[in-house]
Amino acid sequence: MAAPFSWIKPEPHGIHVVPADSWVDPSIAVGHALVTHGHADHARGGHGETVATPETLAIMELRYRTGAEDDAGEIPHKAVPVQYGETIRLRGGVDATYIPAGHVLGGAQILLEHAGEKVIVTGDFKRRADPTCPPFVVTPCDILITEATFGLPIFTHPPIEGEIAKLLKRLEDEPDRCVLVGAYALGKAQRVIAELRRAGHHAPIYLHGAMEKMCRLYEDHGVSLGELRLVADHSKDDLRGHIVVCPPGALNDRWSRRLPEPITAMASGWMRVRQRARQRNVELPLIISDHADWEELTRTVEEVNPHESWITHGREEALLRWHQLHQRRARALAMVGYEDEDD
Amino acid sequence: MEEFAALIDALVYTRSRNAKLAIIAEYLRYTPDPDRGWALAALSDGLDFPAVKSSTIRNLLKERVDPVLWTLSRDFVGDTAECASLLWPAPLEAAANPPSVADAVDALSKMTRKTAIQELGGLLDRLDPSGRYALLKLATGAMRIGVSARLAKTAFAQAFDVSVDEVEEYWHGLAPPYPELFDWAAKGEAPPDTENLPLFRPFMLAHPLEETVVSMEDYAAEWKWDGIRVQLVHAGDGEEAETRVYSRSGDDISATFPEMLDALQIKAVLDGELLVRGTHQGGETGGAASFNALQQRLGRKTVSKKMLTESPAFVRLYDVLQWRGEDLRTLPWSERRARLEQAVTELPDSHFDISRIVKAESFDALAEIRESARDDAIEGLMLKRRDSPYIAGRKTGLWYKWKRDPLLVDCVLMYAQRGSGKRSSFFSDYTFGCWDGNPDTGAELLPVGKAYSGFTDEELKKIDRHVRQNTINRFGPVRETEKELVFEVAFDSVHSSKRHKSGLAMRFPRIHRIRWDKPAHEADRIETLQALIRD
Ligand SMILES: [Zn+2]
Ligand SMILES: [Zn+2]
Repeated sequence: MAAPFSWIKPEPHGIHVVPADSWVDPSIAVGHALVTHGHADHARGGHGETVATPETLAIMELRYRTGAEDDAGEIPHKAVPVQYGETIRLRGGVDATYIPAGHVLGGAQILLEHAGEKVIVTGDFKRRADPTCPPFVVTPCDILITEATFGLPIFTHPPIEGEIAKLLKRLEDEPDRCVLVGAYALGKAQRVIAELRRAGHHAPIYLHGAMEKMCRLYEDHGVSLGELRLVADHSKDDLRGHIVVCPPGALNDRWSRRLPEPITAMASGWMRVRQRARQRNVELPLIISDHADWEELTRTVEEVNPHESWITHGREEALLRWHQLHQRRARALAMVGYEDEDD
Repeated sequence: MEEFAALIDALVYTRSRNAKLAIIAEYLRYTPDPDRGWALAALSDGLDFPAVKSSTIRNLLKERVDPVLWTLSRDFVGDTAECASLLWPAPLEAAANPPSVADAVDALSKMTRKTAIQELGGLLDRLDPSGRYALLKLATGAMRIGVSARLAKTAFAQAFDVSVDEVEEYWHGLAPPYPELFDWAAKGEAPPDTENLPLFRPFMLAHPLEETVVSMEDYAAEWKWDGIRVQLVHAGDGEEAETRVYSRSGDDISATFPEMLDALQIKAVLDGELLVRGTHQGGETGGAASFNALQQRLGRKTVSKKMLTESPAFVRLYDVLQWRGEDLRTLPWSERRARLEQAVTELPDSHFDISRIVKAESFDALAEIRESARDDAIEGLMLKRRDSPYIAGRKTGLWYKWKRDPLLVDCVLMYAQRGSGKRSSFFSDYTFGCWDGNPDTGAELLPVGKAYSGFTDEELKKIDRHVRQNTINRFGPVRETEKELVFEVAFDSVHSSKRHKSGLAMRFPRIHRIRWDKPAHEADRIETLQALIRD
């Protein structure tokens, strides 16, 4: 009999599911990939076969045009959709079940079972309610492979209602300007818009061109975002007193010169640290994250209660220390290719 | 404390000086006494709580949270106070009954080193993260939020529509929370009584002469000496009598030049150049050492006997503002000059002489004299309108400075970057800027050049320390600093440049001298450089 858990191997470029010869969130192109969610550092293009939720596949399709023909006129890529809660059998007797992670539309934890052993790869996750995706489901397992993007005890994401109220208050206080919100184009932008709607803000929201398709994709998947308009179709004066959403990279670039004295806001968990906000010249920091904060990370470990935690990326040292202080087993995986998203 | 915390946060996230002025002014207008006075003191570095140090915060936090998690967090955040404010384990009940700024100041000033850890914890328990941040910044006295004392005073003046020079004049006699200042400015009561206090009076300043030509009938010329401009004040009677030496920025530097305190025992306010005696330079009037010798004495809180005998200070007088209790500032310069010439005879010549008037028949003759001046202790010429009263600040047409070497400008340090090789552990590459208008009405600094030479190793260490202690922002290897340190920058020429926001580029700029004594708002403006453009 093989040694326990020898069928699952963390490698620098991804989690290798050995009997299936499949990889979870590989950072290089592989023959068979299990993808947790559509963010670029988890969902790379160019795999032979990709297993993911239909929403994640649609996002990848939008980003990589994975269905496009190659030079020989063939479509080399095979996309295998799996619904939440559905289990598929991989080669070598490995079962994979996709479970909501609460991160972004289509985002999943992947439960892998083999020879009676259970491993969960969380991908990225959060525990807060999000109107754009189903909530995280706690699932017991033996090994929890978790992220630690905000794995320091300084990170406490405040309730989103307060941050949205801050944004709306500023908009009201300075009706001749606009509030320009930098938000990650996949997930964060739609969540902020949906939360604004929930808070009763029904005025049109203006989008940077790079946001449009992803917002439409969300709407096609049943997330209604209200009236959205493109900045490019409107004059400076039309934008006064309105909210404009753009990717974080556009906050300080020439593009924003077309806006009426924008108040620069950014929606990100990093905004908890003043220095991070100042580096981006942010005037209105909004602490809104699609990742678990410290309390959520540690509570998740306690609730899932694995024999051992493996930490993929983020501030793994502090989370390791927490495990040590709580007599829990943990190890940090030296993974490459995952970035601190602008989350 | 919530309003103060909101003020601090708003200032942290605001870059424009104009917006900062407006935010502070608004706070000062609408916040009740005495909180607004304490806030003003905090913003102008007027508070000091010796019991609370950065190490107090560190030790307190290590009692409440795991030391390893503290260290990892501190390294990530980069700022002890901020990290502590975020990491503080808040009590389970929501923060109730937050202290007012006055409560906090009261509690902080009563703390001793022994009680500080426990009592600071009690205050933190009553605040939310922003409140904790503001409290810890207040307690350690290092706000580092890009607000200088001058900006705070200017905001005060703007809030109540009074002149910033008047604020400066009363400022030095008053203690936080400045009730007399608010009574006067906000409530229209009589100005603070300052007659018997050894107060700083804001200096009269000069514009660069540039292309202007003046008539020697209307203007008198005198040498501009290469020391530091000081004001000597003696006030009070008997036991209360006190002498003070003030620098350009109104800082009390009496402790640095104790020999000057005994030298002035007549009630007076005098304006002059502080120099140290030296032998290696003769000079026109004789006896001044190089600026370097003076540099050795600047910035010291105590002075050794050896220094006092080797490099004794004296003051070369330019002007008299008050003499034997009489305010002379409204008199024309020519009358003040006559009074000064009389006054100097009553002062010990070991410590005082008078700056000689440079006699010239015509402006052209004066230009010739200026060209041929060879004394290293001469920085250039001053031209003073003969009928002008002594007016605080820089009023056009009254005083001009005509530097001997026009290719020197005063710039403000904005960014510093680590050097390479031997200097890689020092911040040795500097970006500096000039004002794009009047800094007191919200002008901004625009970068005009970069330099990494022109200073000694000793000076490099001092600047490096300044950079570390005044960092307000980090961008990779680059630190943004408080806009406070003035460099006198020498350069070969200046050209217009579309690539730079300032519209100009200096050729071969280097640090000529570090002006620790000069307040940043008196640095040169872009227009001064524009006048030197030779394309
Ligand atoms: Zn993600
Ligand atoms: Zn990630």
